[in-house]
Amino acid sequence: MQKKKNMKISTETSPAQDAPKSIFCKHLKKKAKKNLNILGVIPSVWFSLFLFFPIVMTFLLSFQKRGTYGGVDWVFNLNNYGRVFDFVYLKIFSKSIALASMTTVLCLILSYPLAWALVTLPQKKKYVFLLLLIIPFLTNMLIRIYALKIIMAFDGPLLSILSYLGMELDPFSFSQNIYLVMYGMVTTYLPYMIFPLYSAMDRMNFSLVEAAQDLGASPLQILFQVLIPSTFKAAVTGSSLVFIPCLGEYLIPDLLGGAKTMLMGNLITEQFLKARDWPFGSALAMILILLLIIFVFLTNYLNKEKEKIPSKEQGEFLCKN
Amino acid sequence: MQKLKPPSPWWTRGVLYFVVAAFYIPLLFMFFESVRFKELSGNWFFSLYWYEKLISDQSLITSLSRSVTVALGSSLLASILGTLTALALKKYRFRGILFLDYMSFVSLVIPELVFALALLAWFALLKVPLGYLTVIFSHTTFCIAFVSMTILARLNTLDKYLDEAAHDLGASLFQTLYKVILPVLMPAIIAGFILSFLLSFDDFLISFYTTGPGLDTLPIKLYSSMKVGLTPKLHALAVLMMLISVLLILLLTRIKGVKEIFFSEKIEKK
Repeated sequence: MQKKKNMKISTETSPAQDAPKSIFCKHLKKKAKKNLNILGVIPSVWFSLFLFFPIVMTFLLSFQKRGTYGGVDWVFNLNNYGRVFDFVYLKIFSKSIALASMTTVLCLILSYPLAWALVTLPQKKKYVFLLLLIIPFLTNMLIRIYALKIIMAFDGPLLSILSYLGMELDPFSFSQNIYLVMYGMVTTYLPYMIFPLYSAMDRMNFSLVEAAQDLGASPLQILFQVLIPSTFKAAVTGSSLVFIPCLGEYLIPDLLGGAKTMLMGNLITEQFLKARDWPFGSALAMILILLLIIFVFLTNYLNKEKEKIPSKEQGEFLCKN
Repeated sequence: MQKLKPPSPWWTRGVLYFVVAAFYIPLLFMFFESVRFKELSGNWFFSLYWYEKLISDQSLITSLSRSVTVALGSSLLASILGTLTALALKKYRFRGILFLDYMSFVSLVIPELVFALALLAWFALLKVPLGYLTVIFSHTTFCIAFVSMTILARLNTLDKYLDEAAHDLGASLFQTLYKVILPVLMPAIIAGFILSFLLSFDDFLISFYTTGPGLDTLPIKLYSSMKVGLTPKLHALAVLMMLISVLLILLLTRIKGVKEIFFSEKIEKK
């Protein structure tokens, strides 16, 4: 019985099984019902009207010229992409990428122990904590930022406690700075990392951990040599789920960072809503998408590289069992 | 019967408690501030004064009704379109299936900001005046994939011979759809509806870009007043918005089968 269960788990975790061409494609079946084709037409039309064409339009828009009064002159040129390589903008890009990567790394560092603790909790307690973690994930980001702002306000409680303790702090840079932006990003996007890791660990064969414990591995060794290798794919998924929205984030740097913290999201919004330079704003948006595509390819590559080695080891391990 | 897993080291649980605290301490503090009434003498006591103020503010009430209208409209549309998407992807062969598939994927992974500005530019190009409808349509678009994911998860657990059985008993394709498949999918559709309502009700960025002048939804209202300054009345507003979301989430978890969908499937599929 036990052996059978192990075998089942091993087939579940083997990476060859879940390698669909695209996320939804695994639901495709060769043999399907005819007729009722019309069902699929309606959402397709909807998606092309409100997703496909707008994006194509933005792409085309990025090659046009800004009109004198903020409109768009339909003259094909590449000037917008030339402007992107200005030193000022390059600095903003690199800052955004650095911040997004830092956030991703911090989320990874926090999520591994957290998911491990979550998986091993007793059933009832586990659901309570999952609910506690899912509530911030589904409630408004604005409210969480607002709550943070109350605490960090220049007449707020934290500053008064710190000044009571004798610390001299500049109230204005205290209530708006890059560290606060990072804190906001990590608390906002942490659930995106936790849930993939949690579900991967939940499906994982935990007798590996037991075996490692019996052989005298320390918790850190278990973490690095058992848990991380067997949940690598989920970690990569989680990283892209954190990194992608972080790179284009507008609200958090806008509200917690103040005027000094200009990131890609703010830059694009500024171009679109304040400077009314839509072509340049679209070009920046396209650069953002390009960066994300590069990132996705990178993570896919990482996944494939990693897949070759541990899957074999895992297979051997389970065969010996 | 699941085997007990060996407990994790104490410091991992420490991280868990720490993160939960980091999430909830600001929220608790906000709640505390919103029910605190301070007298001039410096004493304070518990009161719902700011909530009363909030309810008597007409502009906030209209914003709230706008938010609810938009959320209801877009979640209704999204649950219809999401159901159709899921059925088309899984049950019925449809030629543009790859397009539909990729579009649902793109709507999930595209940065919100890019999506919002693309819609703004698109509406401007078509000379569609910005208003209720533009916001509702935009919200619907990003909610569809969430609904269809929820329904696909349910469809995957169904007996695949269900509709064949119905067919053998003489039901036509439409009858099968209406009398067999839709009733079975109902919990998932309702879950998708509530999820879309939540997403739409909380959305700031897309509404910010696609709403017309003078049609502020609640999050936009909160954002613009936040830029001016924080007042206890705003604390109360934020607490109320939070409560609405929490109630909806609790409602969502009561629906049968949702636990499986959310705690294992959803994020992985993304």
